[in-house]
Amino acid sequence: MIDPRTSIIDERLRNIKRIIAVTSGKGGVGKSLLASTFALILTQEGYRVGLFDLDFTSPSTHMILGVEDVQPKEEKGIVPPVVYGMEYMSIIYYTRDHAAPLRGADVSNALIELLSVTKWGKLDFLVLDMPPGIGDATLDLIRLIKRIEFLVVTTPSQLAFETVRKLVRLLKDLQMPVIGVVENMKVDKADTIQREVNNLEVPFLNIIPFDGNIENAIGHKDKLVRSTFAKSVKPLLANVMS
Amino acid sequence: MHEWALAEAIISAATEAAEKQNLRQITEVNIRIGELQQVEPDILEFALSQLKSAKFENAKFKMESVKAQLKCRVCGYKWLFNKEGLSEETAEAIHFIPEIAHTYIKCPKCGSPDFEIVEGRGVWLESIKGVQ
Repeated sequence: MIDPRTSIIDERLRNIKRIIAVTSGKGGVGKSLLASTFALILTQEGYRVGLFDLDFTSPSTHMILGVEDVQPKEEKGIVPPVVYGMEYMSIIYYTRDHAAPLRGADVSNALIELLSVTKWGKLDFLVLDMPPGIGDATLDLIRLIKRIEFLVVTTPSQLAFETVRKLVRLLKDLQMPVIGVVENMKVDKADTIQREVNNLEVPFLNIIPFDGNIENAIGHKDKLVRSTFAKSVKPLLANVMS
Repeated sequence: MHEWALAEAIISAATEAAEKQNLRQITEVNIRIGELQQVEPDILEFALSQLKSAKFENAKFKMESVKAQLKCRVCGYKWLFNKEGLSEETAEAIHFIPEIAHTYIKCPKCGSPDFEIVEGRGVWLESIKGVQ
């Protein structure tokens, strides 16, 4: 018995130049905010961008971006709607405002289903907002998308970084490309995380200071791109391009 | 026409399987369709007929429907999926992503959404036959 879906995933992603997974070992470090803002900035810079929320049990990019009243089109598969110039896909189109109580195997199945039926256009970047940790979604993406790259987010917290250290080591052991580590919610000038990242021999990308006003930008795309947070995310462009 | 995307996957998987078995021609493709996904066999068959390459010229696509059996992980109750009673929107959501069933369906006995899809989830390529 063969699961036919995995055979078509390469074909579905064929017209996408780069696939970047925004990930972390811990939740609450700002992955979704970073993924959404980074996708918006790439779009503003003229790139063709897709954003895919893979945090199936706790999706939030639709709230960050204020996405409402859009649905994918059914056209020989699922065609994601274009939101603020980028193709946007989320399980939220189907779960709406209900919970998605999924176990690991269900997450895996839903991920494979969406990868095999979603028809992305020609894109320069597909940004993936990952669920926290090294779970089914991460393992499936490593298995199914050979050219995936990882952008890792941490905070200055030892707790967050300890999980990031393990994640980066695992990704390196598996010879997966790690673009680098971003330190989010920085409140002081300590360089502890930067030194730790250097020890891991992956690039330390940039520091995003804690933005006390970011909550006011949630759901408002224009406020979000003008935020201090977004200004600190923008230098990532150069890192990703290099 | 979401079935079209699934048909593309079947053709791709059957082609890969034929290459592994050194089959020049594929004569039979056996497909299992789980009822949870509510795939329309006629549409799937039409899509397969439109998508097939020369290798499938004489191929028969045989489809078997499999009842979707669900088993509650909390109380152990087993039941069969039935889309009656579900709104059109909900049935369609489950059609696109069968795991969405966990959002809208509960164990009829204890009310838990924590159930296992024992069988009959979606589309499987059971086997192919052909000539070398």
